[in-house]
Amino acid sequence: MNVPKKKNSLALLLKKLWISFKDLLPIIVVIAFFQVIVLKQPLPNFVEVVFGSVLVVFGLMFFVQGLEMGLFPIGEAMAHELARKGSLLWLLVFAFLLGFSTTIAEPALIAISAEAAKIAAGSNLISSSQESMHSYALGLRLSVAFSVGIAILIGVLRILRGWPIHYLIIGGYIVVMLMTLIAPKEIIGIAYDAGGVTTSTVTVPLVAALGVGLASIIKGRSPLLDGFGLIAFASLLPMIFVMGYGIIIF
Amino acid sequence: MHFIFEAFEVLLSTIRDILPIIALITCFQLFILRQPIPHLRRLIIGGIYLVIGLAMFLIGLEKALFPVGKMMASQLSNPTFSGGEGAVLTDWKTYGWVYLFAALIGFSTTIAEPSLLAVAIKASEVSSGVISPWGLRITVAIGVAIGIALGAYRIVTGTPLHVYILAGYIVVVLQTFTTPKKMIALAYDSGGVTTSTVTVPLVAALGLGLSESVPGRNPALDGFGLIAFASLFPIITVMGYAQITHWFVKRQSNKRSKGEPQ
Repeated sequence: MNVPKKKNSLALLLKKLWISFKDLLPIIVVIAFFQVIVLKQPLPNFVEVVFGSVLVVFGLMFFVQGLEMGLFPIGEAMAHELARKGSLLWLLVFAFLLGFSTTIAEPALIAISAEAAKIAAGSNLISSSQESMHSYALGLRLSVAFSVGIAILIGVLRILRGWPIHYLIIGGYIVVMLMTLIAPKEIIGIAYDAGGVTTSTVTVPLVAALGVGLASIIKGRSPLLDGFGLIAFASLLPMIFVMGYGIIIF
Repeated sequence: MHFIFEAFEVLLSTIRDILPIIALITCFQLFILRQPIPHLRRLIIGGIYLVIGLAMFLIGLEKALFPVGKMMASQLSNPTFSGGEGAVLTDWKTYGWVYLFAALIGFSTTIAEPSLLAVAIKASEVSSGVISPWGLRITVAIGVAIGIALGAYRIVTGTPLHVYILAGYIVVVLQTFTTPKKMIALAYDSGGVTTSTVTVPLVAALGLGLSESVPGRNPALDGFGLIAFASLFPIITVMGYAQITHWFVKRQSNKRSKGEPQ
Protein backbone atom coordinates (compact mmCIF):
# COMPACT_ATOMS: atom_id res chain seq x y z
CA MET A 1 0.00 0.00 0.00
CA ASN A 2 3.01 2.25 -0.07
CA VAL A 3 2.83 3.02 -3.79
CA PRO A 4 3.78 6.66 -4.25
CA LYS A 5 0.60 8.44 -5.25
CA LYS A 6 2.06 10.13 -8.31
CA LYS A 7 3.31 6.92 -9.88
CA ASN A 8 0.02 5.18 -9.29
CA SER A 9 -2.08 7.87 -10.92
CA LEU A 10 0.22 8.01 -13.95
CA ALA A 11 -0.18 4.28 -14.45
CA LEU A 12 -3.91 4.68 -14.12
CA LEU A 13 -3.96 7.51 -16.63
CA LEU A 14 -1.98 5.49 -19.16
CA LYS A 15 -4.29 2.56 -18.69
CA LYS A 16 -7.37 4.68 -19.35
CA LEU A 17 -5.67 6.19 -22.38
CA TRP A 18 -4.93 2.74 -23.70
CA ILE A 19 -8.56 1.67 -23.27
CA SER A 20 -9.72 4.73 -25.13
CA PHE A 21 -7.16 4.10 -27.86
CA LYS A 22 -8.42 0.54 -28.29
CA ASP A 23 -11.91 1.89 -28.90
CA LEU A 24 -10.69 4.02 -31.76
CA LEU A 25 -8.29 1.52 -33.27
CA PRO A 26 -10.84 -0.10 -35.59
CA ILE A 27 -11.68 3.20 -37.27
CA ILE A 28 -8.03 4.07 -37.70
CA VAL A 29 -7.31 0.68 -39.20
CA VAL A 30 -10.27 0.78 -41.57
CA ILE A 31 -9.51 4.25 -42.85
CA ALA A 32 -5.79 3.57 -43.17
CA PHE A 33 -6.51 0.35 -45.05
CA PHE A 34 -8.88 1.95 -47.49
CA GLN A 35 -6.80 5.03 -48.00
CA VAL A 36 -3.51 3.31 -48.58
CA ILE A 37 -4.45 -0.01 -50.12
CA VAL A 38 -7.77 0.49 -51.86
CA LEU A 39 -7.66 4.09 -52.96
CA LYS A 40 -3.86 4.09 -53.13
CA GLN A 41 -3.57 7.68 -52.04
CA PRO A 42 -1.52 9.31 -49.34
CA LEU A 43 -3.49 10.84 -46.54
CA PRO A 44 -3.97 14.55 -47.07
CA ASN A 45 -3.09 16.82 -44.18
CA PHE A 46 -1.40 13.98 -42.41
CA VAL A 47 -0.27 16.05 -39.44
CA GLU A 48 -3.75 17.45 -38.87
CA VAL A 49 -5.28 14.01 -39.05
CA VAL A 50 -2.83 12.58 -36.54
CA PHE A 51 -3.36 15.54 -34.24
CA GLY A 52 -7.11 15.17 -34.55
CA SER A 53 -6.90 11.46 -33.75
CA VAL A 54 -4.86 12.16 -30.63
CA LEU A 55 -7.51 14.66 -29.55
CA VAL A 56 -10.23 12.09 -30.11
CA VAL A 57 -8.44 9.49 -27.96
CA PHE A 58 -7.88 11.94 -25.12
CA GLY A 59 -11.37 13.34 -25.46
CA LEU A 60 -12.94 9.91 -25.21
CA MET A 61 -10.91 9.13 -22.11
CA PHE A 62 -12.00 12.31 -20.36
CA PHE A 63 -15.56 11.73 -21.43
CA VAL A 64 -15.69 8.25 -19.91
CA GLN A 65 -14.08 9.59 -16.75
CA GLY A 66 -16.70 12.33 -16.59
CA LEU A 67 -19.44 9.73 -17.07
CA GLU A 68 -18.28 7.66 -14.16
CA MET A 69 -17.58 10.57 -11.82
CA GLY A 70 -20.47 12.81 -12.65
CA LEU A 71 -23.22 11.79 -15.02
CA PHE A 72 -23.95 8.25 -13.86
CA PRO A 73 -23.94 9.11 -10.13
CA ILE A 74 -26.22 12.11 -10.54
CA GLY A 75 -28.61 10.14 -12.74
CA GLU A 76 -28.91 7.41 -10.17
CA ALA A 77 -29.09 9.85 -7.27
CA MET A 78 -31.95 11.71 -8.93
CA ALA A 79 -33.76 8.48 -9.68
CA HIS A 80 -33.49 7.42 -6.06
CA GLU A 81 -34.51 10.77 -4.65
CA LEU A 82 -37.45 11.18 -6.99
CA ALA A 83 -38.65 7.68 -6.16
CA ARG A 84 -38.17 8.28 -2.45
CA LYS A 85 -40.10 11.51 -2.62
CA GLY A 86 -42.99 9.43 -3.79
CA SER A 87 -44.52 12.00 -6.08
CA LEU A 88 -45.48 10.43 -9.38
CA LEU A 89 -46.24 13.82 -10.89
CA TRP A 90 -42.78 15.28 -10.33
CA LEU A 91 -41.11 12.15 -11.59
CA LEU A 92 -43.11 12.28 -14.80
CA VAL A 93 -42.54 16.02 -15.17
CA PHE A 94 -38.81 15.45 -14.78
CA ALA A 95 -38.87 12.64 -17.30
CA PHE A 96 -40.74 14.71 -19.86
CA LEU A 97 -38.56 17.80 -19.40
CA LEU A 98 -35.41 15.70 -19.65
CA GLY A 99 -36.45 14.32 -22.99
CA PHE A 100 -37.82 17.58 -24.33
CA SER A 101 -35.07 19.96 -23.26
CA THR A 102 -32.15 17.83 -24.36
CA THR A 103 -33.72 17.17 -27.73
CA ILE A 104 -34.74 20.71 -28.61
CA ALA A 105 -31.11 21.81 -28.16
CA GLU A 106 -29.71 18.85 -30.07
CA PRO A 107 -27.43 20.19 -32.83
CA ALA A 108 -27.85 17.13 -35.04
CA LEU A 109 -31.60 17.65 -34.97
CA ILE A 110 -31.27 21.34 -35.83
CA ALA A 111 -29.07 20.39 -38.77
CA ILE A 112 -31.43 17.69 -40.03
CA SER A 113 -34.49 19.94 -39.73
CA ALA A 114 -32.78 22.67 -41.73
CA GLU A 115 -31.82 20.13 -44.40
CA ALA A 116 -35.34 18.76 -44.48
CA ALA A 117 -36.77 22.27 -44.89
CA LYS A 118 -34.50 22.90 -47.86
CA ILE A 119 -35.50 19.62 -49.47
CA ALA A 120 -39.20 20.24 -48.90
CA ALA A 121 -38.86 23.71 -50.42
CA GLY A 122 -36.97 22.22 -53.34
CA SER A 123 -39.76 19.75 -54.03
CA ASN A 124 -42.29 22.57 -53.73
CA LEU A 125 -44.06 21.00 -50.81
CA ILE A 126 -43.71 24.24 -48.91
CA SER A 127 -43.02 27.71 -50.22
CA SER A 128 -39.38 28.67 -50.51
CA SER A 129 -39.61 31.73 -48.35
CA GLN A 130 -37.21 31.96 -45.42
CA GLU A 131 -40.11 32.23 -43.04
CA SER A 132 -41.91 29.19 -44.28
CA MET A 133 -38.76 27.07 -44.26
CA HIS A 134 -37.91 28.28 -40.79
CA SER A 135 -41.32 27.48 -39.41
CA TYR A 136 -41.25 24.06 -41.04
CA ALA A 137 -37.88 23.29 -39.49
CA LEU A 138 -39.04 24.55 -36.12
CA GLY A 139 -42.20 22.47 -36.40
CA LEU A 140 -40.07 19.40 -37.02
CA ARG A 141 -37.86 20.12 -34.05
CA LEU A 142 -40.81 20.69 -31.76
CA SER A 143 -42.52 17.45 -32.82
CA VAL A 144 -39.36 15.48 -32.26
CA ALA A 145 -38.60 17.12 -28.90
CA PHE A 146 -42.18 16.65 -27.77
CA SER A 147 -42.15 13.01 -28.84
CA VAL A 148 -38.92 12.32 -26.96
CA GLY A 149 -40.37 13.95 -23.84
CA ILE A 150 -43.46 11.75 -24.05
CA ALA A 151 -41.28 8.73 -24.81
CA ILE A 152 -39.19 9.13 -21.65
CA LEU A 153 -42.38 9.76 -19.71
CA ILE A 154 -43.96 6.55 -21.00
CA GLY A 155 -40.71 4.70 -20.40
CA VAL A 156 -40.57 5.78 -16.77
CA LEU A 157 -44.23 4.92 -16.31
CA ARG A 158 -43.49 1.49 -17.72
CA ILE A 159 -40.75 0.93 -15.17
CA LEU A 160 -43.01 1.99 -12.33
CA ARG A 161 -46.01 -0.02 -13.41
CA GLY A 162 -44.00 -2.97 -14.59
CA TRP A 163 -45.60 -3.16 -18.02
CA PRO A 164 -43.67 -5.64 -20.15
CA ILE A 165 -41.76 -3.86 -22.83
CA HIS A 166 -42.53 -6.07 -25.78
CA TYR A 167 -46.20 -5.20 -26.04
CA LEU A 168 -45.44 -1.50 -26.06
CA ILE A 169 -42.57 -1.79 -28.50
CA ILE A 170 -44.34 -4.13 -30.89
CA GLY A 171 -47.40 -1.91 -30.74
CA GLY A 172 -45.18 1.06 -31.50
CA TYR A 173 -43.53 -0.65 -34.45
CA ILE A 174 -46.92 -1.64 -35.86
CA VAL A 175 -48.05 1.98 -35.65
CA VAL A 176 -44.85 3.01 -37.44
CA MET A 177 -45.45 0.44 -40.16
CA LEU A 178 -49.04 1.57 -40.69
CA MET A 179 -48.07 5.22 -40.78
CA THR A 180 -45.27 4.51 -43.24
CA LEU A 181 -47.88 3.22 -45.64
CA ILE A 182 -49.98 6.37 -45.51
CA ALA A 183 -47.40 9.09 -44.93
CA PRO A 184 -46.14 11.28 -47.79
CA LYS A 185 -43.00 9.78 -49.27
CA GLU A 186 -40.88 12.86 -48.63
CA ILE A 187 -41.26 12.75 -44.89
CA ILE A 188 -40.50 9.07 -44.41
CA GLY A 189 -36.72 9.21 -44.72
CA ILE A 190 -36.50 12.18 -42.37
CA ALA A 191 -38.86 10.55 -39.88
CA TYR A 192 -36.74 7.42 -39.70
CA ASP A 193 -33.54 9.37 -39.36
CA ALA A 194 -35.04 11.66 -36.72
CA GLY A 195 -35.51 8.63 -34.50
CA GLY A 196 -31.88 7.69 -34.80
CA VAL A 197 -30.52 11.18 -34.33
CA THR A 198 -32.23 12.21 -31.11
CA THR A 199 -30.38 10.05 -28.66
CA SER A 200 -27.26 12.11 -28.12
CA THR A 201 -24.01 11.33 -26.39
CA VAL A 202 -25.00 13.10 -23.20
CA THR A 203 -28.67 12.16 -23.07
CA VAL A 204 -28.10 8.44 -23.43
CA PRO A 205 -25.97 7.84 -20.32
CA LEU A 206 -28.21 10.04 -18.23
CA VAL A 207 -31.38 8.33 -19.38
CA ALA A 208 -29.78 4.91 -18.89
CA ALA A 209 -28.68 5.85 -15.37
CA LEU A 210 -32.18 7.17 -14.62
CA GLY A 211 -33.88 4.02 -15.85
CA VAL A 212 -31.54 1.63 -14.12
CA GLY A 213 -31.58 3.74 -10.96
CA LEU A 214 -35.38 3.70 -10.84
CA ALA A 215 -35.60 0.01 -11.55
CA SER A 216 -33.12 -0.85 -8.82
CA ILE A 217 -34.81 1.15 -6.10
CA ILE A 218 -38.36 0.10 -6.76
CA LYS A 219 -39.34 -3.19 -5.17
CA GLY A 220 -40.12 -5.95 -7.59
CA ARG A 221 -38.37 -4.43 -10.56
CA SER A 222 -35.18 -5.94 -11.88
CA PRO A 223 -32.68 -3.44 -13.28
CA LEU A 224 -31.78 -5.54 -16.29
CA LEU A 225 -35.31 -6.47 -17.18
CA ASP A 226 -36.96 -3.12 -16.54
CA GLY A 227 -34.21 -0.51 -16.42
CA PHE A 228 -33.64 -0.32 -20.13
CA GLY A 229 -36.02 0.54 -22.85
CA LEU A 230 -36.22 4.31 -22.40
CA ILE A 231 -33.88 4.87 -25.31
CA ALA A 232 -35.84 2.46 -27.46
CA PHE A 233 -38.97 4.55 -26.93
CA ALA A 234 -37.01 7.75 -27.51
CA SER A 235 -36.01 6.44 -30.94
CA LEU A 236 -39.42 5.06 -31.82
CA LEU A 237 -41.80 7.86 -30.95
CA PRO A 238 -40.11 10.59 -33.03
CA MET A 239 -40.74 8.49 -36.14
CA ILE A 240 -44.44 8.38 -35.35
CA PHE A 241 -44.69 12.07 -34.49
CA VAL A 242 -42.70 13.27 -37.50
CA MET A 243 -44.77 11.18 -39.88
CA GLY A 244 -47.84 12.56 -38.17
CA TYR A 245 -46.49 16.07 -38.69
CA GLY A 246 -45.92 15.25 -42.34
CA ILE A 247 -49.43 13.91 -42.76
CA ILE A 248 -50.94 17.00 -41.17
CA ILE A 249 -48.84 19.51 -43.08
CA PHE A 250 -49.00 17.97 -46.51
CA MET B 1 -4.81 30.71 -34.40
CA HIS B 2 -7.72 29.65 -36.54
CA PHE B 3 -7.69 26.29 -34.83
CA ILE B 4 -7.93 27.81 -31.35
CA PHE B 5 -10.92 29.84 -32.46
CA GLU B 6 -12.59 26.73 -33.87
CA ALA B 7 -11.81 24.73 -30.76
CA PHE B 8 -13.30 27.43 -28.61
CA GLU B 9 -16.46 27.41 -30.68
CA VAL B 10 -16.87 23.67 -30.22
CA LEU B 11 -16.31 24.01 -26.50
CA LEU B 12 -18.94 26.71 -26.26
CA SER B 13 -21.47 24.71 -28.23
CA THR B 14 -20.81 21.64 -26.10
CA ILE B 15 -21.45 23.69 -22.98
CA ARG B 16 -24.58 25.07 -24.60
CA ASP B 17 -25.81 21.55 -25.33
CA ILE B 18 -25.29 20.40 -21.80
CA LEU B 19 -26.89 23.48 -20.30
CA PRO B 20 -30.50 22.22 -20.43
CA ILE B 21 -29.55 19.13 -18.46
CA ILE B 22 -27.60 21.08 -15.87
CA ALA B 23 -30.42 23.57 -15.50
CA LEU B 24 -33.00 20.82 -15.17
CA ILE B 25 -31.04 18.82 -12.61
CA THR B 26 -30.11 21.89 -10.58
CA CYS B 27 -33.67 23.19 -10.50
CA PHE B 28 -35.06 19.86 -9.44
CA GLN B 29 -32.43 19.36 -6.78
CA LEU B 30 -32.78 22.82 -5.28
CA PHE B 31 -36.45 23.58 -5.61
CA ILE B 32 -38.34 20.34 -5.80
CA LEU B 33 -36.31 17.72 -4.08
CA ARG B 34 -34.68 20.22 -1.77
CA GLN B 35 -31.84 17.86 -1.11
CA PRO B 36 -28.17 18.70 -0.94
CA ILE B 37 -26.39 17.31 -3.97
CA PRO B 38 -24.22 14.39 -2.89
CA HIS B 39 -20.47 14.60 -3.53
CA LEU B 40 -20.85 17.97 -5.15
CA ARG B 41 -17.15 18.54 -5.75
CA ARG B 42 -16.64 15.18 -7.44
CA LEU B 43 -19.73 15.83 -9.52
CA ILE B 44 -18.50 19.18 -10.74
CA ILE B 45 -15.10 17.79 -11.63
CA GLY B 46 -16.81 14.93 -13.44
CA GLY B 47 -18.95 17.43 -15.28
CA ILE B 48 -15.90 19.40 -16.37
CA TYR B 49 -14.20 16.23 -17.59
CA LEU B 50 -17.35 15.36 -19.47
CA VAL B 51 -17.61 18.69 -21.27
CA ILE B 52 -13.90 18.95 -22.03
CA GLY B 53 -13.76 15.32 -23.11
CA LEU B 54 -16.74 15.67 -25.41
CA ALA B 55 -15.43 18.93 -26.86
CA MET B 56 -12.01 17.40 -27.56
CA PHE B 57 -13.68 14.36 -29.04
CA LEU B 58 -15.82 16.48 -31.38
CA ILE B 59 -12.92 18.73 -32.42
CA GLY B 60 -10.78 15.70 -33.16
CA LEU B 61 -13.59 14.18 -35.21
CA GLU B 62 -14.04 17.39 -37.20
CA LYS B 63 -10.32 17.71 -37.81
CA ALA B 64 -9.41 14.16 -38.56
CA LEU B 65 -12.14 11.66 -39.02
CA PHE B 66 -14.91 13.44 -40.88
CA PRO B 67 -12.84 15.07 -43.64
CA VAL B 68 -11.07 11.81 -44.39
CA GLY B 69 -14.19 9.72 -44.06
CA LYS B 70 -16.30 11.99 -46.26
CA MET B 71 -13.60 12.18 -48.88
CA MET B 72 -13.31 8.42 -48.91
CA ALA B 73 -17.06 7.99 -49.11
CA SER B 74 -17.22 10.19 -52.20
CA GLN B 75 -14.11 8.66 -53.76
CA LEU B 76 -15.26 5.10 -53.30
CA SER B 77 -18.65 5.82 -54.81
CA ASN B 78 -17.11 7.82 -57.62
CA PRO B 79 -17.90 6.16 -60.93
CA THR B 80 -14.34 6.40 -62.24
CA PHE B 81 -13.09 4.45 -59.27
CA SER B 82 -15.80 1.85 -59.23
CA GLY B 83 -15.35 0.51 -62.66
CA GLY B 84 -13.48 2.77 -65.00
CA GLU B 85 -14.57 2.66 -68.61
CA GLY B 86 -17.69 0.79 -69.54
CA ALA B 87 -18.74 -0.03 -66.03
CA VAL B 88 -22.45 -0.37 -65.62
CA LEU B 89 -23.16 2.12 -62.90
CA THR B 90 -26.53 0.77 -61.93
CA ASP B 91 -25.31 -2.80 -61.60
CA TRP B 92 -24.99 -3.54 -57.93
CA LYS B 93 -21.92 -5.66 -58.47
CA THR B 94 -19.88 -2.64 -59.48
CA TYR B 95 -19.82 -1.32 -55.97
CA GLY B 96 -18.03 -4.08 -54.12
CA TRP B 97 -15.59 -1.79 -52.40
CA VAL B 98 -18.41 0.45 -51.25
CA TYR B 99 -20.23 -2.37 -49.50
CA LEU B 100 -17.03 -3.45 -47.82
CA PHE B 101 -16.27 0.10 -46.77
CA ALA B 102 -19.83 0.58 -45.55
CA ALA B 103 -19.70 -2.56 -43.44
CA LEU B 104 -16.27 -1.83 -42.00
CA ILE B 105 -17.00 1.81 -41.27
CA GLY B 106 -20.28 0.84 -39.67
CA PHE B 107 -18.49 -1.68 -37.49
CA SER B 108 -15.66 0.58 -36.44
CA THR B 109 -17.69 3.71 -35.75
CA THR B 110 -19.99 1.68 -33.54
CA ILE B 111 -17.05 0.39 -31.52
CA ALA B 112 -15.95 3.98 -31.01
CA GLU B 113 -19.41 5.27 -30.14
CA PRO B 114 -19.39 6.76 -26.62
CA SER B 115 -23.14 6.36 -26.03
CA LEU B 116 -22.95 2.64 -26.72
CA LEU B 117 -20.00 2.41 -24.37
CA ALA B 118 -22.08 4.04 -21.64
CA VAL B 119 -24.99 1.64 -22.12
CA ALA B 120 -22.63 -1.35 -22.22
CA ILE B 121 -21.04 -0.27 -18.94
CA LYS B 122 -24.46 -0.01 -17.32
CA ALA B 123 -25.59 -3.34 -18.74
CA SER B 124 -22.50 -5.10 -17.47
CA GLU B 125 -22.94 -3.54 -14.03
CA VAL B 126 -26.55 -4.52 -13.81
CA SER B 127 -26.06 -8.09 -15.00
CA SER B 128 -23.12 -8.57 -12.61
CA GLY B 129 -20.75 -9.11 -15.49
CA VAL B 130 -22.77 -11.73 -17.34
CA ILE B 131 -23.04 -9.29 -20.21
CA SER B 132 -19.53 -8.16 -21.08
CA PRO B 133 -19.24 -4.60 -22.43
CA TRP B 134 -17.08 -5.72 -25.35
CA GLY B 135 -19.40 -8.61 -26.15
CA LEU B 136 -22.38 -6.29 -26.41
CA ARG B 137 -20.50 -3.68 -28.38
CA ILE B 138 -19.16 -6.17 -30.91
CA THR B 139 -22.59 -7.73 -31.38
CA VAL B 140 -24.11 -4.30 -31.98
CA ALA B 141 -21.22 -3.35 -34.28
CA ILE B 142 -21.81 -6.43 -36.42
CA GLY B 143 -25.48 -5.49 -36.67
CA VAL B 144 -24.60 -1.98 -37.78
CA ALA B 145 -22.10 -3.31 -40.32
CA ILE B 146 -24.70 -5.56 -41.90
CA GLY B 147 -27.29 -2.80 -41.76
CA ILE B 148 -25.18 -0.19 -43.48
CA ALA B 149 -23.86 -2.55 -46.14
CA LEU B 150 -27.44 -3.56 -46.91
CA GLY B 151 -28.48 0.08 -46.90
CA ALA B 152 -25.74 0.92 -49.39
CA TYR B 153 -26.95 -1.93 -51.59
CA ARG B 154 -30.45 -0.49 -51.39
CA ILE B 155 -29.28 2.93 -52.55
CA VAL B 156 -27.51 1.37 -55.53
CA THR B 157 -30.43 -0.80 -56.57
CA GLY B 158 -33.01 1.85 -55.78
CA THR B 159 -35.58 -0.36 -54.11
CA PRO B 160 -37.84 1.65 -51.81
CA LEU B 161 -36.85 2.09 -48.21
CA HIS B 162 -40.01 0.97 -46.52
CA VAL B 163 -39.86 -2.53 -48.02
CA TYR B 164 -36.61 -3.27 -46.22
CA ILE B 165 -37.66 -1.54 -43.02
CA LEU B 166 -41.01 -3.31 -42.87
CA ALA B 167 -39.34 -6.66 -43.48
CA GLY B 168 -36.80 -5.84 -40.79
CA TYR B 169 -39.51 -4.88 -38.30
CA ILE B 170 -41.36 -8.13 -38.94
CA VAL B 171 -38.16 -10.07 -38.19
CA VAL B 172 -37.70 -8.04 -35.02
CA VAL B 173 -41.26 -8.63 -33.86
CA LEU B 174 -40.97 -12.38 -34.47
CA GLN B 175 -37.65 -12.52 -32.66
CA THR B 176 -39.09 -10.65 -29.71
CA PHE B 177 -41.42 -13.53 -29.00
CA THR B 178 -38.60 -16.04 -28.66
CA THR B 179 -35.88 -14.01 -26.97
CA PRO B 180 -35.15 -14.34 -23.24
CA LYS B 181 -37.09 -11.51 -21.63
CA LYS B 182 -34.10 -10.00 -19.89
CA MET B 183 -32.40 -9.02 -23.07
CA ILE B 184 -35.32 -7.53 -24.96
CA ALA B 185 -35.19 -4.00 -23.60
CA LEU B 186 -31.43 -3.86 -23.90
CA ALA B 187 -31.54 -5.03 -27.50
CA TYR B 188 -34.05 -2.34 -28.43
CA ASP B 189 -32.01 0.30 -26.66
CA SER B 190 -28.88 -0.77 -28.53
CA GLY B 191 -30.59 0.02 -31.78
CA GLY B 192 -31.38 3.57 -30.77
CA VAL B 193 -28.03 4.20 -29.18
CA THR B 194 -25.72 3.30 -32.03
CA THR B 195 -26.67 6.14 -34.27
CA SER B 196 -24.91 8.96 -32.49
CA THR B 197 -22.01 11.37 -32.68
CA VAL B 198 -19.52 9.31 -34.64
CA THR B 199 -21.73 7.16 -36.81
CA VAL B 200 -24.27 9.66 -38.10
CA PRO B 201 -22.04 12.12 -40.02
CA LEU B 202 -20.00 9.40 -41.69
CA VAL B 203 -23.00 7.30 -42.61
CA ALA B 204 -24.85 10.35 -43.88
CA ALA B 205 -21.82 11.29 -46.02
CA LEU B 206 -21.69 7.77 -47.43
CA GLY B 207 -25.39 7.84 -48.23
CA LEU B 208 -25.18 11.22 -49.88
CA GLY B 209 -22.07 10.33 -51.84
CA LEU B 210 -23.59 7.11 -53.13
CA SER B 211 -26.92 8.60 -54.08
CA GLU B 212 -25.18 11.39 -55.97
CA SER B 213 -22.98 8.99 -57.94
CA VAL B 214 -25.43 6.29 -58.87
CA PRO B 215 -27.44 7.57 -61.84
CA GLY B 216 -31.14 7.89 -61.30
CA ARG B 217 -31.07 8.21 -57.55
CA ASN B 218 -32.44 11.26 -55.89
CA PRO B 219 -30.13 12.35 -53.05
CA ALA B 220 -33.02 13.92 -51.24
CA LEU B 221 -34.94 10.68 -51.05
CA ASP B 222 -32.15 8.14 -50.89
CA GLY B 223 -29.49 9.96 -48.88
CA PHE B 224 -31.52 9.44 -45.76
CA GLY B 225 -32.41 5.99 -44.64
CA LEU B 226 -28.97 4.54 -43.93
CA ILE B 227 -29.40 5.68 -40.38
CA ALA B 228 -32.62 3.73 -40.14
CA PHE B 229 -30.81 0.58 -41.25
CA ALA B 230 -28.08 1.26 -38.74
CA SER B 231 -30.61 1.41 -35.90
CA LEU B 232 -32.61 -1.60 -36.96
CA PHE B 233 -30.09 -4.38 -37.47
CA PRO B 234 -28.33 -4.17 -34.09
CA ILE B 235 -31.65 -5.08 -32.49
CA ILE B 236 -31.72 -8.23 -34.58
CA THR B 237 -28.12 -9.20 -33.83
CA VAL B 238 -28.35 -8.55 -30.09
CA MET B 239 -31.54 -10.58 -29.76
CA GLY B 240 -30.00 -13.22 -32.00
CA TYR B 241 -26.97 -13.37 -29.73
CA ALA B 242 -29.22 -13.70 -26.69
CA GLN B 243 -31.21 -16.44 -28.37
CA ILE B 244 -28.08 -18.37 -29.35
CA THR B 245 -26.49 -18.21 -25.90
CA HIS B 246 -29.80 -19.16 -24.32
CA TRP B 247 -30.04 -22.17 -26.63
CA PHE B 248 -26.48 -23.20 -25.75
CA VAL B 249 -27.09 -22.92 -22.03
CA LYS B 250 -30.26 -24.96 -22.35
CA ARG B 251 -28.44 -27.65 -24.30
CA GLN B 252 -25.72 -27.82 -21.66
CA SER B 253 -28.21 -28.19 -18.85
CA ASN B 254 -30.15 -30.82 -20.81
CA LYS B 255 -26.94 -32.81 -21.28
CA ARG B 256 -26.17 -32.47 -17.62
CA SER B 257 -29.56 -33.69 -16.56
CA LYS B 258 -29.26 -36.69 -18.86
CA GLY B 259 -25.92 -37.54 -17.27
CA GLU B 260 -23.97 -37.21 -20.50
CA PRO B 261 -20.38 -36.00 -20.52
CA GLN B 262 -20.23 -32.38 -21.70
